[in-house]
Amino acid sequence: MKELIQSLDVREVSAQEIVQHHLEEIAQHDPGIHAFITVDQEGALRQADDADRRRAQGQALSPFDGIPIAVKDNISTKGLRTTCGSRMLEDYVPLFDATVISRLRRAGLVLVGKTNLDEFAMGSSTEYSAFGVTHNPHDHSRVPGGSSGGSAAAVAAGEVPWSLGTDTGGSIRQPASFCGVVGLKPTYGWVSRYGVVALAPSLDQVGPMAKRVEDAAALFALIAGNDPRDATSAKAPSFQVPAWDPEVLRDLRVGVPEEFFSAGLDSQVEHAVRGCLRQLEDQGAVLQPLSLATNAYAIDTYLTLVTAEASSCLARYDGVRYGKRVEAEDSNTMFAKSRSAGFGSEVKRRIMLGTYVLSANHYEAYYEQAQKVRTLIKEDVLDALSQVDVIITPTTPTAAFQIGAKRDPLEMYLSDLFTAMANLSGIPALSVPCGLNSHGLPMGIQIMGGNFSEALLFQVGYMIEQGVEGSARHGQL
Amino acid sequence: MSKVSKGVLGMANYDTVIGLEIHVALLTDSKFLCSCSTAFGAPPNSQCCPVCLGLPGSLPTINEKAVECATKAGLALNCQINLFSKFDRKNYFYPDLPKAYQITQDAYPLCSRGFLDYYVDDQLVRTEITRIHMEEEAGKLIHSGSSIVSSDYSLVDYNRAGIALIEIVTAPDIHHPGQARLFVEQLRLLLSYIGVSDTKMEEGSLRVDANISLKPKDSDLLGTKVEIKNLNSFRALEKALEYEVSRQGEILDQGGTIRQESRTWDDRAGRTMSMRSKGDAPDYRLFPEPDLPPLCLEPAWVESIRASIPELPLERLGRLEEQFGLSRYEATFFVHYPDFCQIFFDLAEYDLSPKAIVNFLMGDYARLARERGHLDARRIAGLLTIVKEGLIGANQEGVVLDALFSSEKSAREIVKEQGLEALRDSTELQGVVDGVLTANPDLVARFRSGESKLLGYFVGQVMRATRGKADPEVVNKLLEEALS
Repeated sequence: MKELIQSLDVREVSAQEIVQHHLEEIAQHDPGIHAFITVDQEGALRQADDADRRRAQGQALSPFDGIPIAVKDNISTKGLRTTCGSRMLEDYVPLFDATVISRLRRAGLVLVGKTNLDEFAMGSSTEYSAFGVTHNPHDHSRVPGGSSGGSAAAVAAGEVPWSLGTDTGGSIRQPASFCGVVGLKPTYGWVSRYGVVALAPSLDQVGPMAKRVEDAAALFALIAGNDPRDATSAKAPSFQVPAWDPEVLRDLRVGVPEEFFSAGLDSQVEHAVRGCLRQLEDQGAVLQPLSLATNAYAIDTYLTLVTAEASSCLARYDGVRYGKRVEAEDSNTMFAKSRSAGFGSEVKRRIMLGTYVLSANHYEAYYEQAQKVRTLIKEDVLDALSQVDVIITPTTPTAAFQIGAKRDPLEMYLSDLFTAMANLSGIPALSVPCGLNSHGLPMGIQIMGGNFSEALLFQVGYMIEQGVEGSARHGQL
Repeated sequence: MSKVSKGVLGMANYDTVIGLEIHVALLTDSKFLCSCSTAFGAPPNSQCCPVCLGLPGSLPTINEKAVECATKAGLALNCQINLFSKFDRKNYFYPDLPKAYQITQDAYPLCSRGFLDYYVDDQLVRTEITRIHMEEEAGKLIHSGSSIVSSDYSLVDYNRAGIALIEIVTAPDIHHPGQARLFVEQLRLLLSYIGVSDTKMEEGSLRVDANISLKPKDSDLLGTKVEIKNLNSFRALEKALEYEVSRQGEILDQGGTIRQESRTWDDRAGRTMSMRSKGDAPDYRLFPEPDLPPLCLEPAWVESIRASIPELPLERLGRLEEQFGLSRYEATFFVHYPDFCQIFFDLAEYDLSPKAIVNFLMGDYARLARERGHLDARRIAGLLTIVKEGLIGANQEGVVLDALFSSEKSAREIVKEQGLEALRDSTELQGVVDGVLTANPDLVARFRSGESKLLGYFVGQVMRATRGKADPEVVNKLLEEALS
């Protein structure tokens, strides 16, 4: 990225050429990877042209004016269809930009296209998209993770330098880990959700994905900040990219929760993560074993809340105002037929589960209970974070799995085992590549911290990144 | 049996128990959760945005003005204002509901435990307010046929979707249909006093749902309740409840049981009809709204709202009666017509008797003012003052009043210009009296032979000759002298 910006600054290359180059990369790689649902070639070149004109007049909007980006297709882009990976919204073209998109445009970034995802962000493999499966660039027979699999794969394959994803239970970090890129789930409320199609509003966050920690931090600085249009937006200051100083590790208290290193964790992943921890220790950090016992309840709690909120958030797709409509004799039948035709099976499954947990006879046993457990989990995490500066775990129990390997939805839900806790408690969590396994597949390490501790997470992530050998950092692509 | 109790005649074995839920559209310039205009009557779907259309990714934000209006209503209804309240989602599918859920307040409403006092006949009664919560309005369906089921197609207008509402819920302590009507009338008046709603029932900005049940007299057990939805006029409210009292009474008399259900009022047929039974009632799956944080109010802010509440109808009624000596009938007139009341208060500042002011305002002036708008209190005071001074006769008042409406001149100027001053001068009037008597020798003779009622005729002739300006008192005196 630094090189790109430098060459733009000295007008060695034009934004046109950079965007053109990435469009060519997409044309070359995407037939095999299928990271994109929509590529806006014409729009991208026009935006690049505008950027070049601004740069020629010395009126660049930001250092990143003219740099291309891809955005997950559940983030509203004015005039560019936003499908959420669903037949339901196949032809839906938003009338407005999400706040994060407005912020990118204000910095002059060039939106080249919309990336693939599990339908309405429900999934962990990007296999549940109505527009086809996305393949892991490291091994096309494997999944890229999900639901932001398109955004992760596009960055890993070099189709774009960076991208935006959304993370409700791990949907940025898990694909980042599988694809060997950096991904941040920010503190709840630091990034506006306005214009981001909701899966579960109390958990959803937009975050940056990039090859390098520095770039992810730079992108985060562009999108973070209060938004009056989002009532859950935090009144936090803007984010400042930190200095990359190794001193940050001196006496840094690193919590290592034993529950994340128990049975079910792939031995190669464990080896890689423990290696990184040793390295941090060598550089001055103090490792502190601790317990996050409530993580045992994280997945059940997460699923209960996510399905409840999703069942309500997705009710608006009724065929009346926009989206798929199947005509019928009366409105109720029209709703039912439109929804039956528009939604895929995983979406239907979660809507049914969510409707069940909110229903009068089950509300107390499920939804209310889950809210209580969520409070316990939050207390557990905040308690741990009062003793340490950061908590480090593997991002996922394994590296990328084979396409079609997880037929059982419950097995798929376990993909979020290490990541859902950060969403439930609201804290930020960063995934950074920590090496390749024996199949040459990337593995990820997760760094969690207190609310608004993103700068520290990036700094620690940067040190880990420095410690991982060049080729093992992102794989051989 | 009092007038308001006529509905329960013949149902002497039962007590009627009525509770009301009143939806009131708040008078805010913009909607509850977005900044769209709330103006009535705009072209369909011209006042919508991504938020009130429920477009994917749009998010609600609370309109503070709506919270202010709801708080004001709560305070005026003697409610406790909850400094901590929350929003919930009420989920159901309907074409007029853009998000397929309504943002409302369920477990933690803004206001609770209030009351409203009002007169039923001459009795001051109190109805408890259980709670007041805020919620958003749905859109409006326009059916090609008579209902959504029988129509070939229905059109949706989302201009109304997202307008701020409050729902006022009363305790079940209203005892007859007439009382329900009086309660809503008083409530409507109070809401218009504090300016939080235009309360136009015909435009749907005040709608009533009524719960009604009968129970055996003196029983503590409540009967099965029936809900009557969407009563959009006072008449419909009273008629529907009266109908239900009869219907339920007849069923109970025959040993039947009442079905718990929702019913609608068919105004043309004059009866209620079943909509759905309890078993068919939707499960709204209420849960906390994740897009909105709880609403936390500062005590000082609530107090500032309290301070902004004007004199309320009941206080005003008391003041008009006690301070100004108005009758209940007169005071009620002014309470119901705040514009007249304001003029009354303005005129009371002058040296005029309340009685004279009331008689004037409730007389011809009321009719003229409704047709042509109010006169400036200063000009009315001018008229009432010259009447009081005797500058013009009572019968000239109407002429001057007409002239006040059609010109900018003061009453004194009008009197002067038109020469309307009362004729009181005896020598001047003596000639007129003499002339009238001389012209009617026959009648004078008949009068003298005992037909005393002819005096009125002579007075009338004098008045006619003086174009009404003669002081009747002087004329009477002169005539009596001349005829004796």
